[in-house]
Amino acid sequence: MKCDYACGSDEHAMARRSFLGTLAAGTGAAMGGLGAFTSPAVAKELARDQKRMIVVDLHGGLSQLESWDPKPGTDTGGPFRAIPTSVPGIHISELLPHTAKQMHHLSLVRSINIKETDHSRGRHKMLTGYKKTPAGAYPELGAVVAKGLDDGSNSLPGHVKVYASGSGARSADSAYLGPKYGSISIGGGKAPANSERPSSITDEADAQRNLLRQRANERFLNRRRTAQTDAYMQSYEQAAELMARREIFDLSKESKKDQERYGSHDFGRHCLMARRLAESGINYVKIRHSNYDTHNENFNFHFEQLGEFDKPFATLIADLADRGMMESTLVVVLSEFGRTPKINERYGRDHWGKAWSICLGGAGIQPGAIIGATNKNGTAVSEREVDAGHLFHTYLRALGLRSNRQFNIGGRKFPMADPAMEPIRELLT
Amino acid sequence: MKPDPKQTHVARELAGAAPLICCRFDPSGKYLFTTAEDQSVNRVNLTSGESVAMLGHDSWARDLAFSKDGKTVVSSGFDDTLIWWPVEAEKPKPIRSVKAHKGWIRTVSVSPDGRLLASGGNDRIVRLWNMADGKLVREMPGHTLDIYSSVFHPSGKWLLTGDLAGKINQWDVATGKLTRVFEGPDLHDYFKSQQVHFGGVRSLTFSPDGKQLVGAGLHKGTNPLGAVCEPLILRFDWETGKQSLKQTMKGVKGVAWRIRFLKDGTLALGSGGSGGGYLGFWNGKDEAPIHKFKLPRSVREMDLHPDGMQIATAHWDNKARLSRMEAKAKA
Repeated sequence: MKCDYACGSDEHAMARRSFLGTLAAGTGAAMGGLGAFTSPAVAKELARDQKRMIVVDLHGGLSQLESWDPKPGTDTGGPFRAIPTSVPGIHISELLPHTAKQMHHLSLVRSINIKETDHSRGRHKMLTGYKKTPAGAYPELGAVVAKGLDDGSNSLPGHVKVYASGSGARSADSAYLGPKYGSISIGGGKAPANSERPSSITDEADAQRNLLRQRANERFLNRRRTAQTDAYMQSYEQAAELMARREIFDLSKESKKDQERYGSHDFGRHCLMARRLAESGINYVKIRHSNYDTHNENFNFHFEQLGEFDKPFATLIADLADRGMMESTLVVVLSEFGRTPKINERYGRDHWGKAWSICLGGAGIQPGAIIGATNKNGTAVSEREVDAGHLFHTYLRALGLRSNRQFNIGGRKFPMADPAMEPIRELLT
Repeated sequence: MKPDPKQTHVARELAGAAPLICCRFDPSGKYLFTTAEDQSVNRVNLTSGESVAMLGHDSWARDLAFSKDGKTVVSSGFDDTLIWWPVEAEKPKPIRSVKAHKGWIRTVSVSPDGRLLASGGNDRIVRLWNMADGKLVREMPGHTLDIYSSVFHPSGKWLLTGDLAGKINQWDVATGKLTRVFEGPDLHDYFKSQQVHFGGVRSLTFSPDGKQLVGAGLHKGTNPLGAVCEPLILRFDWETGKQSLKQTMKGVKGVAWRIRFLKDGTLALGSGGSGGGYLGFWNGKDEAPIHKFKLPRSVREMDLHPDGMQIATAHWDNKARLSRMEAKAKA
């Protein structure tokens, strides 16, 4: 059959596997792909080795001094004290008592300098690994991970963002990686809108219309096949798979006990949703907690926000560990930047990109590690300065991806991560 | 001598070593006590200007209250701790240190008879202590959000505590029973887009005749994280419990940090925020102030001198400023 796009490209390989799977599965079968060929035991093994990533975005700029890098008793330390954690020698803010007990699953990078203090630019850098430029768009981390981990066996969307409300629409955050890897936003603990088959269409009618569609596809593909037609088919298959498995987005399917453990506020529910989606095989889930942009009364508001963050996040980590999922799941807690060590007139802290921290743990990451350091009062990095690009490489390597490779998109090569950067090797297992 | 708010001017600046948080005159008027971001409590002799740092807290100290005889001052810290200090010692050292709450202790008040100390803060429990020996007398749970302020009724029979939700609880001191709740919903908002509670009853006081309970804080919080709000005062009729008057400082961006009545019944307020620092003055009937005086820096706290003529304000630039409510003395 005719193949109009570059042979040897990623799309070619993917489309071939999907195509073969679809044809071999025959008419009337569920959408195929590799899954159609594997035995249950092998599928289970594949599922166990499958890597996933959960990103917790603390929106607005979490203060590193009120979280991962406290400096009590200094002119910048503020009123909160530091508490020991489950890792001897690691102390974090007293605002995170539950997370402190899970520190043996987590690590800290305390020496980040992204040289940005604008929300949009900081967020872009932290989520793409690149400085924002008008010259072009870079794919977000979720798209890169979804594509990097996509072996053709998983028909579910690989890039999901969870909000308080979400329409199920696909975002354009995958840039040149294509719409298949754009995020789907879901919200409210419910399946995406329009993902339920109308009750007026019976099973028999649905099977018949699928059969008609498949036969029409086969006839078309015999004459003309392109990367675009394959992308369309894949999107359709993904949507159909999503419809068939829409219950994975339904939080009411989780036990009442678990729902209580995570809490009834949005962030708690989103942490539980992240666990559920990761268990279901979604490669990348991003959840968000808002708002940390505390130019005013920083301490009151961090007390409130981290009070809401701490227990559900710690519960998520504990649950992932209990389920044996920490080895295969990378969890990253990040913001678009940190906050100024200097406390302003209104007890606030302002934007600060120079010396701040993230927390991460799980797949491929040494647990209980601290990378880098800041000086006595947190005004500068004193050891092992890293930028967003270093972190980006590190996440991909932790997931088993070779971050110095390139994607082949329609014959053009795009680096998986900024070639000028490299992973933080001492953080990796 | 009578204060004339319209003549208010900064008469003196007292420089400290760190940004200030709280300021209180001792009952004799001899000293100004301040707390600061370096975890210190400081005693400034107003005659000599000498300042003594009193170290003992493991975090910032937020509030100060004096014994009836003026010989002891109690500081409340963000380190869960109340510390009793001697007012007159050459180098004051803690008399007693009590782990009183879990979390910040935002407010302390002493009963009119001097026997009891009330405290409250982020653990949302009001506690009464024996002022003489620091022993716990009673716990009163019931607030649903953090406790920000406290004041005893002039009779000593009741304690009033105000919280972030804009509620003021009236407690029977003898039994600990919750007797009444004054509702001040205008003093609180849950800001959905930023997902934060904002406001609270930042200060409480009684009118000199005891007929009004007055609470102050903020309203019009259109951007809590960006400090966009305005000061707000609510007066409640003590007899009926109903809100009787709302007093505002329109156009001034800030928080009402503290209110005190002058001897003539004028209400003074110290306000600070993104609009700068102000002292505002109100009569008993109008919404708008009779006068507002702009200070060089934003205000974080204020207190009225026992002589009734001076107001101290605490500032981020390490300074306490003493403003006199009378014409400037000729040079």
